[in-house]
Amino acid sequence: MHYTFTIEQGNFTDAGQASSSVKRTLKQLGVDPANIKRTVVALFEAEINAVAHAYGGTIDVDIDDGKIVMVVADQGPGIPNIDLAMQEGWSTASAKVREMGYGAGMGLPNIKKNTDDLKIDTKIGVGTTLTMTVNLV
Amino acid sequence: MTVKEIIEKLDLKCLNEANLDAEIKGAYSSDLLSDVMGNARSGQMWITMQTHKNVTAIAALKDIPAVIIVRGNQPDEDMLAHAKEEDICILVSNEPTFIVCGKLYELIK
Repeated sequence: MHYTFTIEQGNFTDAGQASSSVKRTLKQLGVDPANIKRTVVALFEAEINAVAHAYGGTIDVDIDDGKIVMVVADQGPGIPNIDLAMQEGWSTASAKVREMGYGAGMGLPNIKKNTDDLKIDTKIGVGTTLTMTVNLV
Repeated sequence: MTVKEIIEKLDLKCLNEANLDAEIKGAYSSDLLSDVMGNARSGQMWITMQTHKNVTAIAALKDIPAVIIVRGNQPDEDMLAHAKEEDICILVSNEPTFIVCGKLYELIK
């Protein structure tokens, strides 16, 4: 099964819709609740990152019997230093984003913790693509 | 203890009645959304001063049945509308986080 969603820059109001839709689908498919939880935590964080830091993007989710693969590709500024971005507590979020309770530097670490595989392809001035895999078996 | 009993004992204002019979065995208090995303557990209450729609998005994703907003802050309209859609109980306390947490801890420890 394949699902595609669009992410709009700065649109926090609709953030979480993709995660919410994927959660419903996984429930209907009878996926183990622990794996549903991991999947939605990772996808929500990636959605928020794209809304908060990038200039919009797309989410592609593929679900099969063995795994869930989520690709979040943004047209963003890119991540200058991935090691720092993976460090808990490090954030480049704006004051507005921080006021909303984001920008704690926990997004990428949360994604890493909740997925079985995480690939980050980033190019300054072009964008970042996260490929996140949750194994179901 | 149920959400309904907690509402009575903590004198909370209920802005969206949902999950009133849910049994609450724990709670998580944080205004950092990724902290809640990463560390709150399903079935817990969430105590926060955040009042925007992402609160209900996270509560729905994490299966959090009820949110207590502290210091008398009011939820944004779209947060409340989303809470109704997702069946999340929205509660308001006039007291600050520390007091709410202390009282709730005494009730459900």
